[in-house]
Amino acid sequence: MISCDEATIICNKKQYKEATFIEKIKLVLHLLICKTCSSFSKKNAELTSLCDKAPLYCLPEKDKVIMKRDLQNKI
Amino acid sequence: METHQLHPEKWVDQYADYLFNFAVSRVSDAELAKDLVQETFFAGLKSAKNYKGTAAERTWLIAILKRKVIDHYRKINSIKGKAEVRMNYSSQNDTDGDWLEEQVADPLSTLENDEIENEELGLAIQECISKLPKKQSLVFTMKTIQGMSTEDICKELGINPSNLWVMIHRSRTALMSCLNQNWFSI
Repeated sequence: MISCDEATIICNKKQYKEATFIEKIKLVLHLLICKTCSSFSKKNAELTSLCDKAPLYCLPEKDKVIMKRDLQNKI
Repeated sequence: METHQLHPEKWVDQYADYLFNFAVSRVSDAELAKDLVQETFFAGLKSAKNYKGTAAERTWLIAILKRKVIDHYRKINSIKGKAEVRMNYSSQNDTDGDWLEEQVADPLSTLENDEIENEELGLAIQECISKLPKKQSLVFTMKTIQGMSTEDICKELGINPSNLWVMIHRSRTALMSCLNQNWFSI
């Protein structure tokens, strides 16, 4: 049986589709017996669906560096 | 009442993504949105002495950005003469009927709200991300918004995968409680 810490990591990996098949089975078995983890897992999945639903954009880090430099020059 | 002060040196870290999201949803062009954000920061700096501190920094910057977006549309309108309304009523058949009634939106439909709601959700998420510690917000953005692979992020930031998952976990838990307050409870 895996610990809650391990289950959490697998659960987070699963949100990015990076959990292996064996890990997923381990997680499901753990969720059956652990209430805390299964509520965390539910919330975590909800956060993923919110992030998918919302149109999220971000500026690439290198653009921000340039922006910061330009702004700093004008201060 | 001196409640708020401007910190231009922190603007990019704190508000760039938030303003960028706001701009992209209004001009639908990433390159242009970036320029508008840049212009907003410059304009903010220029008129910093007019800032009275009554509004929060971000609200003030958003107000400037709104003007920039409007200015942009005015500019392209005057060049291309887009300010013309054309209506095409009878596209397929010009039979008699309730054509005007058919144009009216379905009063029971809530589909139109989805887009607005999702945009607000995006801004709420972005706001929560900006409250995270710098490193966590960076990792979360790279992973979730840019969709980069674990390997690439580790290489770029010089961290190991278990480090990355710890940071992802912390940022996700923080975001959950932040969204609980800012999104689900309104």
